[in-house]
Amino acid sequence: MPELPTLAVQNLSIDYRTRRGFVQAVRNVSFEVYPGEALALIGESGSGKTTMGTSIVRLLPSSAVVKGGRIVYRRGTTHESSQPHQLELDTLRLDDKQLRAFRWRECAMVFQGSLNAFNPVLRICDQFADTSKAHGGPQGKALEERGKTLLNLVRLDPGRAWSAYPHELSGGMRQRVLLALSLLMTPQLLILDEPTTALDVLTQRSIMDVLRDLRSRLNFSMIFISHDLALAAELADRVATAYAGRIIEIGSTRRVFALPRHPYTRGLIRAVPTLRTDKESLASIPGTPPDLVHLPTGCKFHPRCTFATEQCRQEDPPIEAVSDDARHEVACWHAFVPPPSATPAALGVMGGEAR
Amino acid sequence: MTALLSLQAVTRTFKVKRQSIKAVDDVSFDIGAGEVMCLVGESGCGKTTTGKMIAGLLAPTSGEIRFQGANIATLSGETYKRYRLGVQMIHQDPYASLNPAHTVFETLADPLQFHRLTTGLADTRARVRELLTQVNLTPPEDFLDKYPHQLSGGQRQRVSIARALTVRPAFIVADEAVASVDTSIRISLLGTLAELQKRMGLGVLFITHDLALAKFFAWEGRIGVMYLGHIVELGPARQVIDQPQHPYTKVLLSAIPEADPDALGQKERLRLRSDDVPSLLRLPSGCAFHPRCPWFDGETCENIVPRLTPLRNGSAVACHPVTRADASDSAVATRDNGLGSVSAGAGG
Repeated sequence: MPELPTLAVQNLSIDYRTRRGFVQAVRNVSFEVYPGEALALIGESGSGKTTMGTSIVRLLPSSAVVKGGRIVYRRGTTHESSQPHQLELDTLRLDDKQLRAFRWRECAMVFQGSLNAFNPVLRICDQFADTSKAHGGPQGKALEERGKTLLNLVRLDPGRAWSAYPHELSGGMRQRVLLALSLLMTPQLLILDEPTTALDVLTQRSIMDVLRDLRSRLNFSMIFISHDLALAAELADRVATAYAGRIIEIGSTRRVFALPRHPYTRGLIRAVPTLRTDKESLASIPGTPPDLVHLPTGCKFHPRCTFATEQCRQEDPPIEAVSDDARHEVACWHAFVPPPSATPAALGVMGGEAR
Repeated sequence: MTALLSLQAVTRTFKVKRQSIKAVDDVSFDIGAGEVMCLVGESGCGKTTTGKMIAGLLAPTSGEIRFQGANIATLSGETYKRYRLGVQMIHQDPYASLNPAHTVFETLADPLQFHRLTTGLADTRARVRELLTQVNLTPPEDFLDKYPHQLSGGQRQRVSIARALTVRPAFIVADEAVASVDTSIRISLLGTLAELQKRMGLGVLFITHDLALAKFFAWEGRIGVMYLGHIVELGPARQVIDQPQHPYTKVLLSAIPEADPDALGQKERLRLRSDDVPSLLRLPSGCAFHPRCPWFDGETCENIVPRLTPLRNGSAVACHPVTRADASDSAVATRDNGLGSVSAGAGG
């Protein structure tokens, strides 16, 4: 892609101080998000995916220590943002004032658990006003107009939602209000942390439809953090799999799901039952996720991996492009290589074992 | 033959701020010995309440639940004890359902000793070891003296399963038993449960919000779909998944995301008339699904509560338009000497 990335995370490492020692939540992670692109960050609990997300907007808890790396954010002239000039900055080095200008105008984050994200004693319109005031947005009539347009975009009845208290709205409605609020300052990058977890299937479906619709209209970049592979497959252009604080596979959604190269990604896909998979192809990954304080040596996945060799026990594999696709990268000494004749369809997503 | 468990017009209401809400409304079904049944539905549909009533943790407001033919509300003494031991429950959250101050051995030994199922410590130890092996916590010696906080979520849930098995029940209610476990190990836990079910001939009521999990676990059994306190569709798992009849089941199935970018385009999408679930405090009249139903059909749906009616394909559905279509198809089928019945299962 000739364009410069909107966001480039470079060699990021983050630890948490705990009584038991340092929890290595993020270890030397690099990835890019390009303009208009949706990247899904998938992984189990404790994989470091949320830490990766919150570090971008600098919302890490005080026990976190950023040990190194850069998070470079860029804005070209093409995005119709509230500020037309070009911009390049390292979010880890912003002072408070710059950070305030960065958050919401450039990059907004939507959290899971939408009830906690709102002040329970303020009406939705007051929450919008607060945000707008803090980040230099419109006030009064202009704000109301903008707010109601956004509520309409997320398929809410603006008349009802605008003056409601958070508790008067259902979980799915609150999540949609939160989405509308995050778009208030026309950010170029939206980070969504498990936006549909704890919502019912049908509510989740309507949020996903709204998200897809918003993306096609507003053309923002997006980082979608989720433990749900299926949601990622539906929404994202590219998928990154996180395990024990590292990204171990990244590539286009179609490629990663059709031909997953890392044994963990393969295992994860096989571990999730869907309506189409038949029972026989399902299998859990043996073992449990590692203790982040005392990580195993070498490849962090080796205790659970059926292909582990001495090399895996000794050295952590670097993340490298696979031979036939420069944009599909894998960190594995024994990355699955499909036979040359096999097409994804013939091989099947859940099909043949890696040797 | 009498069913192991039988629910007859079971209703349960809760009082909330001087109002009463019907969590479960007129639910009837039978489960035979060794049978697997899944209850599927969204939060608030009454699936957990139904499970708790079967396990005897809640009493029905009206209707009766029969265990081996006897109404459980009338049992006492030995027969009551036989029912309580015969029906065990596995709860959703193993962090909350295991006593943090008890080791795995104590957790499993307590019921064995209390009910005098083992004689002497050596016997108890042997039985606990056997139970741990059954739920694949091996070698058992590694787990006997561990406290819950030393175990992972999956291991705790295995202890919960072992605990439910201590008293050799005939029936298990598993309420979202794998929901709190990491996705990469969920299937093996579910596999263990399925294997135990088969080997011991257990009846299982598996409660979940995930139709894909229901399909995986109950493929040989039945699935019941609940909506706002009613069972709206009940039938063999294959039938419900592959040939859903009730519009709500269809909507649920079509809403499930697929981890396959190519499969998405092919999915049939049904649009709901409204995205919002009605409050249990103000339930819609007639069919509870009518304000959202894509097949809404005027006054009948608005005024008359549909009853669960058997269809010719083996499922039972509570929906006016569906049963009407099935009945008229059947009339055509009789006239055409059976030729018309080909269209019966269409719509999937």
